[in-house]
Amino acid sequence: MSLDKDTVARIARLARLKVPEEELAPLAGELSGILAWIEQLNEVDTTNVEPLASVSDVTLPLRADKVTDGGIAGKVLANAPGGAVYIDPTDKNAGGFFTVPKVVE
Amino acid sequence: MASLTDLTVAGLSAAMAKKEVSALEVADAHLRKLDEHRALNAFITETPDKAREMAKASDVRRARGEAGLLEGVPIAIKDLFCTEGVRTTAASHILEGFVPPYESTVTANLWKAGAVMVGKTNLDEFAMGSSNMTSYFGGVENPWKRRGDNRKLVPGGSSGGSAAAVAACMVPGSTGTDTGGSIRQPASFCGIVGLKPTYGRCSRWGIVAFASSLDQPGPFARTVEDAALLLQAMSGHDPKDSTSAPLAVPDFAAAARNPNVQGLKVGIPKEYRVEGTSAEIAALWDKGVEMLKAAGAEPVEVSLPHTKYALPAYYIVAPAECSSNLARYDGVRYGLRVPGKDLIEMYQNTRGAGFGKEVRRRVMIGTYVLSAGYYDAYYKKAQQIRQLIARDFKQAFEKCDVLLTPTAPTAAFAAGEKMDDPVTMYLNDMFTIPASMAGLPGISVPVGLDKDGLPLGLQFIGRSFDEETVLRAAAALEQAAAFKERPAGY
Repeated sequence: MSLDKDTVARIARLARLKVPEEELAPLAGELSGILAWIEQLNEVDTTNVEPLASVSDVTLPLRADKVTDGGIAGKVLANAPGGAVYIDPTDKNAGGFFTVPKVVE
Repeated sequence: MASLTDLTVAGLSAAMAKKEVSALEVADAHLRKLDEHRALNAFITETPDKAREMAKASDVRRARGEAGLLEGVPIAIKDLFCTEGVRTTAASHILEGFVPPYESTVTANLWKAGAVMVGKTNLDEFAMGSSNMTSYFGGVENPWKRRGDNRKLVPGGSSGGSAAAVAACMVPGSTGTDTGGSIRQPASFCGIVGLKPTYGRCSRWGIVAFASSLDQPGPFARTVEDAALLLQAMSGHDPKDSTSAPLAVPDFAAAARNPNVQGLKVGIPKEYRVEGTSAEIAALWDKGVEMLKAAGAEPVEVSLPHTKYALPAYYIVAPAECSSNLARYDGVRYGLRVPGKDLIEMYQNTRGAGFGKEVRRRVMIGTYVLSAGYYDAYYKKAQQIRQLIARDFKQAFEKCDVLLTPTAPTAAFAAGEKMDDPVTMYLNDMFTIPASMAGLPGISVPVGLDKDGLPLGLQFIGRSFDEETVLRAAAALEQAAAFKERPAGY
């Protein structure tokens, strides 16, 4: 499978990655190289082979539906890159918001 | 007494138990080494104040008679483990300024056992790489050099800083994570022991995720016994990681102290004799088989027919999981934010500027193989191959107790070599990835030097949750190989 520049631009858009125009062509080459190398998997007959999603034999455990954590809004918001807005500036654990550019006109 | 920084975890523990030295003196001696060898760039963040504080607290505990398994032992933590109040970078620009408000389970377990943190080590960005060259904070230099050649060599990756720090005696032990070989390959390149436990043995909670179905934390040390001691402290069930196994932790150190391989069936997979492996590594492998035979083990030839497909299948599964896991880095909740005219552009600008080249490449491969119309052709196919690989191992373990293979196809290479083509770099992990795909435990043990004077390791792969046999076999090989070489000047 060979990828062209337009496909790479589409993948970048899906992945929310800004890729400069001049990098699209070299990336198309690199990604095509990797995908061509992966093609060798088609040599293997996998008819009726159950896909293996996890090597863990453990059945996912259930726990009681109880709150086990919380009241740490201050910690959750501590790393907000755009700054956080707190409902009550004197009590950060009372809750607050991450800030983002305006999305609703 | 030997210099404090030459001592092993077990040696330091004994010296501190006999009150020959305090944890604070031990910490200071190792902090001086960090200072001395800063040029290796093994650490992203050094934590000398925290180390002294923890060491003082450790001395108090010991005086009270409350010494833990790793009481007062200085260790380094791969900068992929979240450490409360200490910045955690994953060697990426995108986590700029991130200070975790919580502690990963594995590091919490280590502190509970009395260990002392000296710093956070360098790695490939988000653990994606086999050379440590993809770090936003620059590459790490391997303390080893080729004889008569002054070129800097890579320590391997992704846990390159953790491996270099142990090889340079800056610490007796460190933590790493292994997704496709990121503990075992750097251990081989740096002439030390590196252990990847069974998937589920150690909790992944609080470790920056790369490929969740493959990631597993584990230890680096200079002896098999030390690796066992560290693993002992790191392991255990954690309700916060639903894939963490609800199993009791065996006495790993006891297994490592019992290098008895009498009658042990050691499988030699014939598919691991591949082109591209150096003749010296093939010869070392044969020598390893002979050593184990002389110690009473019984070599058995086994077949793992799907070996060659593990690597390409991995390069579907790992990028697919990485593209999902790394979706969280969007400039909203933590790390870097690069403004844009709207929300979407802010995401794109942040991720475009925050991720390095290799990470971007893998996110894009992952996005592509998971995109509409391609899922069955790539992702499902890779999961089916994964099933066949796991089945190969199951069948092999009907005939043997443990497998012996080379760890990596070559010794450490120079910075810049193998950088032109991503696939060439990926081939570094050809011997480690199959066990990762099957979730099995593996260990790399240093066995000899190549003609250039660089260390080479061999790998044992064990049955699921049978680290004890892996450790026993590794201890026997360690004893027989008697590898005592150290990098010059460290």
